[in-house]
Amino acid sequence: MNNTMNKMTLKTEGDRYVVVTRRFAAPPEAVYRAHTEPKLIQKWLLGPDGWTMPVCISDAKPGGKIRYEWTNGKGGGFHLTGKYSELEPYSRIVHVERMHLPDPTPDNHVETKFEPDGAGTLMTLRMTLPNAEVRAAMLATGMEHGMEASYARLEQMI
Amino acid sequence: MVPTMSTLDATFSALADPTRRAILSRLAQGEATVMELAEPFKLSQPAISQHLKVLESAGLIARRIEGTKRPRRLAQAGVEAIDVWLAMLREALAKNYDRLDEVLAEMKPEKGKER
Repeated sequence: MNNTMNKMTLKTEGDRYVVVTRRFAAPPEAVYRAHTEPKLIQKWLLGPDGWTMPVCISDAKPGGKIRYEWTNGKGGGFHLTGKYSELEPYSRIVHVERMHLPDPTPDNHVETKFEPDGAGTLMTLRMTLPNAEVRAAMLATGMEHGMEASYARLEQMI
Repeated sequence: MVPTMSTLDATFSALADPTRRAILSRLAQGEATVMELAEPFKLSQPAISQHLKVLESAGLIARRIEGTKRPRRLAQAGVEAIDVWLAMLREALAKNYDRLDEVLAEMKPEKGKER
């Protein structure tokens, strides 16, 4: 079992952004593809255990549409829509996204960078930090959709 | 108060539950009674009370007495609502990237076998 917790960092940048870094044991091309090809995205971009993404539209070109639909198989579900604005294979993706809970959350502007790191990749994700109201809505929705306490333990996160 | 190892343990296990994180998030907006907390969460009052007990033992929330009501609020030294949200985000991303590790491992053979 690999200790992936040590590989990920997450911190706020001022009160407007969240910056996440993560190392992967695969070259930037593979990590970039896994972020843009629907068949690959559907395998991992799922959140808590038990959720699947039956619908995944990812038209990876500037102006291309993004739509992800998630379901927990128990009647719970929500979706995300967005648009790509910049794509630099295999180093950088800029897109905007919003969740529909069902009301759309404010636009989340996301920049994802992939840099070679030895034989692997260092990914840096920079996203908009939602305001307090949106954060509360996201937490409440997570619960309403019955996310059970199958989460990773918090002590590993600090 | 300097947190000891055992209070930290209690804090982490209290935060590991999504319902309790949502309760904290609600209390971050202001004091609330058990009834007010139960309502949006579609849970019974005993269920909410149980969660409140855990949060209270962990030192995350406090109560005061007002007639027959016992409104709860975030404890002074408790977590900020933003920390609760960031903890949720961190968990969701950590899960995703662990799965992505597996996807990437499966992708390798497509590129032609080395060795």
